[in-house]
Amino acid sequence: MTDAFILDHVRTPRGRGKPDGSLHGITPIELLTQTLAALRDRNELDTALVEDVIIGCVMPVGEQGANVARVAALNAGYAENVPGKQINRFCASGLEAVNTAAALVMSGQADLVVAGGLESMSRIPMGSDGGAMATDPQVAFKTHFVPQGISADLIATLYGISRDDCDRYALESQRRAADAWDKGYFDKSIMPVRNRLGEVVLDRDEHLRSDATLEGLGALRASFEIPGRDGGFDAVAIQRYPQVEAINHVHTAGNSSGIVDGAAAVLVASRSMAEHLGLAPRARIRSFASVGTEPTIMLTGPAPSALRALEKARMKREDVELFELNEAFASVVLRFMQQLDVAHDEINVNGGAIAMGHPLGATGAMVMGTLLDEMERRDLSTGLVNLCVGAGMGTATILERS
Amino acid sequence: MSETITYSVDGEGIATLVIDVKDRPMNVLTPEFMEELEHYADKLSRDDKVTGAIITSAKSSFIAGADLKELVNVFASGSSAAEIYRFSRSFSELYRKLETCGKPLVAAINGTALGGGLELCLACHHRVVLDDPKIRLGLPEVQVGLLPGAGGTQRLPRLIGIEKSLPLMAEGTHLAPARAHELGIVQELAANPGELMAKARRWVLEAGDPVQPWDKKGFRVPGGAGASRPSLAQTFMVGTALVARKTQRNYPAPLAILSCVYEGSQVPIDKGLDIESQYFVELLTGSVARNMIRSLFIDKGAADKLARRPKDVERVPVQKLGVLGAGMMGAGIAYVSAYAGMEVILLDTDLANAEKGRDYSRQLLEKRVARGRMTEAAAAEVLDRIRPTTDYAALEGAELVIEAVFESRDIKADVTRRTEAVTAETSIFASNTSTLPITGLAEASSRPESFIGIHFFSPVEKMPLVEIIVGEKTSDTAVARAMDYVQQIRKTPIVVNDSRGFYTSRVFGTYVKEGLAMLAEGVAPALIENAAKLAGLPVGPLAVSDEVTIDLQYKIMTQTRKDLGDDYVPHPADAVITRFHDDLKRLGKRYGAGFYDYPEGGRKRLWPGLADVYPPANEQPDVEEVKKRLLYVQSLETARCMEEGVVTEAVDADLGSILGWGFPPWAGGTASFIDTVGMKTFLAESERMAQAYGERFSPCEYLRDRSSMR
Repeated sequence: MTDAFILDHVRTPRGRGKPDGSLHGITPIELLTQTLAALRDRNELDTALVEDVIIGCVMPVGEQGANVARVAALNAGYAENVPGKQINRFCASGLEAVNTAAALVMSGQADLVVAGGLESMSRIPMGSDGGAMATDPQVAFKTHFVPQGISADLIATLYGISRDDCDRYALESQRRAADAWDKGYFDKSIMPVRNRLGEVVLDRDEHLRSDATLEGLGALRASFEIPGRDGGFDAVAIQRYPQVEAINHVHTAGNSSGIVDGAAAVLVASRSMAEHLGLAPRARIRSFASVGTEPTIMLTGPAPSALRALEKARMKREDVELFELNEAFASVVLRFMQQLDVAHDEINVNGGAIAMGHPLGATGAMVMGTLLDEMERRDLSTGLVNLCVGAGMGTATILERS
Repeated sequence: MSETITYSVDGEGIATLVIDVKDRPMNVLTPEFMEELEHYADKLSRDDKVTGAIITSAKSSFIAGADLKELVNVFASGSSAAEIYRFSRSFSELYRKLETCGKPLVAAINGTALGGGLELCLACHHRVVLDDPKIRLGLPEVQVGLLPGAGGTQRLPRLIGIEKSLPLMAEGTHLAPARAHELGIVQELAANPGELMAKARRWVLEAGDPVQPWDKKGFRVPGGAGASRPSLAQTFMVGTALVARKTQRNYPAPLAILSCVYEGSQVPIDKGLDIESQYFVELLTGSVARNMIRSLFIDKGAADKLARRPKDVERVPVQKLGVLGAGMMGAGIAYVSAYAGMEVILLDTDLANAEKGRDYSRQLLEKRVARGRMTEAAAAEVLDRIRPTTDYAALEGAELVIEAVFESRDIKADVTRRTEAVTAETSIFASNTSTLPITGLAEASSRPESFIGIHFFSPVEKMPLVEIIVGEKTSDTAVARAMDYVQQIRKTPIVVNDSRGFYTSRVFGTYVKEGLAMLAEGVAPALIENAAKLAGLPVGPLAVSDEVTIDLQYKIMTQTRKDLGDDYVPHPADAVITRFHDDLKRLGKRYGAGFYDYPEGGRKRLWPGLADVYPPANEQPDVEEVKKRLLYVQSLETARCMEEGVVTEAVDADLGSILGWGFPPWAGGTASFIDTVGMKTFLAESERMAQAYGERFSPCEYLRDRSSMR
């Protein structure tokens, strides 16, 4: 088996996913175009050598539809022989794109692949792609569908995670993210987004709330209490988990991931291609795994996906020096820490999506980049990145530096 | 022909189809009617002289819907799904044939049109309805576990949009004409029958479009089809969750209705009608619709008509009723009886109490007036009929006296004697006891043949069932009178023979006790409560226990133990009741603490201390097993009641369980549940549970000897 390496990665800053967000005026295809262009330019890449562009995107409809990977590659001026495909593993799409690229390299079917992700949540809001999962009565009924926030609250309920635990976690995420920005830990990977005049419209994540306090967080209303009660979703969750008397609604806008716009790209190659390009491999993709888990609680995939990736790598949890787990909801990370006995200073050390936002399809590639940058900064050899995924899945990847 | 439809054509070429199904008080969709309708559909289409047609009814109602007995027969016939599909699709195809016959059709709705009746109107191109607030329009099929299978789920959303039509079908709402007009289900209202026909004629002559909107090019479902808009996606997403909550996954019809609309609205109507028929077949071939139709309509209808009343007993309606004891039960009995037109003597040892009992009626009546359900004058009349007193002499002339005094043999004996001293020989004396055997109480009576049990449920004004208990010496006359009285107050009677706890309390008790037994075993309390709800029971056993109070359960347990002596069979719940009564002193909801905590102004929550008293086991049972225990234990006790002759008819067991304590209608009642599971499986599972949990799950001989309960 050929080894797959990460040669480089870039990401846009994350813009608030609302009409007043800085990236709202940039089309999704332009956002991805600039990202692909940046990856090419900073590596002086001969794009004719790229054998595929694989882009994760969760709402692939409208202007974000019809295979953004191929279209953005063309728009960015990549050679026309470079094909592209868009994939969807919901929130792990960006990481799944990297894993798929790695699989192509490992199996000898490609030597150079661009992976990444895109989501302009301000322009193509969540839910835009419809889908049977939530709205086809037969499917939603059979699978005990509930919105993710209810699932996150169910995790908190089942595993004794309190509102205060979540708020404290969120506050620390904000603090870590602000600190990492101040110290320039993200500088290496951020590419400013520009308008048609070439002016920078955003060069820093704009979702952070440096003024967050525990009191302020504690005053926020639980977001899923009303849908849980009036929309019948608490009852549906309890039908699946009848040992639960009542769902403890702990998640708020303050301790859940933010809605943002963003894109990211990763260059994946075989060692021989890296040598040919004259680029030093930054990390080896040691192993990866996706798993399916119970869909109502939905967000408990991280631990089993991490364990499976470790198993594939013939490694133990103790071998992992640094963890990065997408902060979809505070309880997701807190539950993962319980399950794998992870201390808070081993995970999400530069903050995460609670502070900086979660641009669905792009996040996986972004958090992988965050992990790699930090592994380099600390000179660590093994890191694990993973995400919880809608419909009850988890996706994990283990990176190794030599 | 013309057994069901009278057909005529006037000088202007307008045909009139007058529906009048022979030998039926209301028009229902009989096979003969459908056959004739088909004949006229062909005729309308072929006859060039006919310019349009009006469909109306000769009876005061339009069409009341399908013939439910017919539908139950379909289930019982053992027909294949394909055969049943052809049967139900033929209805739907006939209506489709009508609406595409090429002539404008108008429904002149002169009376209530429900189910297949309203669906016929929807297949017409125009609808005019008589604006009489007594008329009801609706698609209530969901209430018998079915869906509107003659195009209702397809035409209603295409007519008024998904968001407006879904609740009407998923809840089976009945609408008055004005509301139906507001919603766009009917296009015109008519003040009187003359105007109704005139408006119908005018529409045929002046507008007369024979093409439905959904058969026109470019048609779009108003407000969007399927989940095509975010608000519709929300409607289906939330709608599905609410259906799951409301049905606890036991009733398939509401979900099928959602799916018919979701899937059917996205395709042309003929495909939609096919989808509807497929879902309809699923419902009709399932046990839930059969059970609901049989228990809730056929059996209940027969019981309401007093099918089991002893014949040859003259009917003497109660004009004057005595109620002894003006507590909660007595006050409720006084209310429902005065409401039904009886003079009520409400007697208590203390006049203030008697008056307080009458105030209960005043409060209920004021609520009705405030809600516009009753005029103030009518309410005052009802209240005037209740006379509070402490004087037994006032009972003179009462045809029936019901005692609802404290559950003590001595007090009951005393009030019996005092009453019989002033009432006529022909007067009936009834006890509303829920725990003391009637035969024993009748010993205090000088006319035990006229002594009977009339067991009400609380709150009396809401609970539809009355359990009539026949003592050893009770005469047929007393039984007939008691039944007549129950009919007068518009409740449903079941008749059972004397036994401790009779039928309802005895079987219901097994449910509550099973819940407590599981708690003692270490089953998580939330799991017990949720499993009960998932089984379809309205309230979990721990919550029920708090409602009836642990105090009362303790008293009944102690009394029973005393009465039975060595024959008393201990139950694992006894220790739980004793512990809560003696040690923990958490006596139930009324006392502010029981298995639940009742915080001021907050929702009740399971008492956290339960975990210390009965620590949950590490291994918890599957929720299906918990459900099974709660349901089986009730059916097993019902079988014992049948074996002992306490209940003589399985119909009574079914009705009593559904109407008395909310045994789930999906199962058809405690007897039908056994048939729903299948006798062989039921016996095998019971044996297994007897091994695992105790003798109370061991099936009695009566069961072992039968292949079905009904």
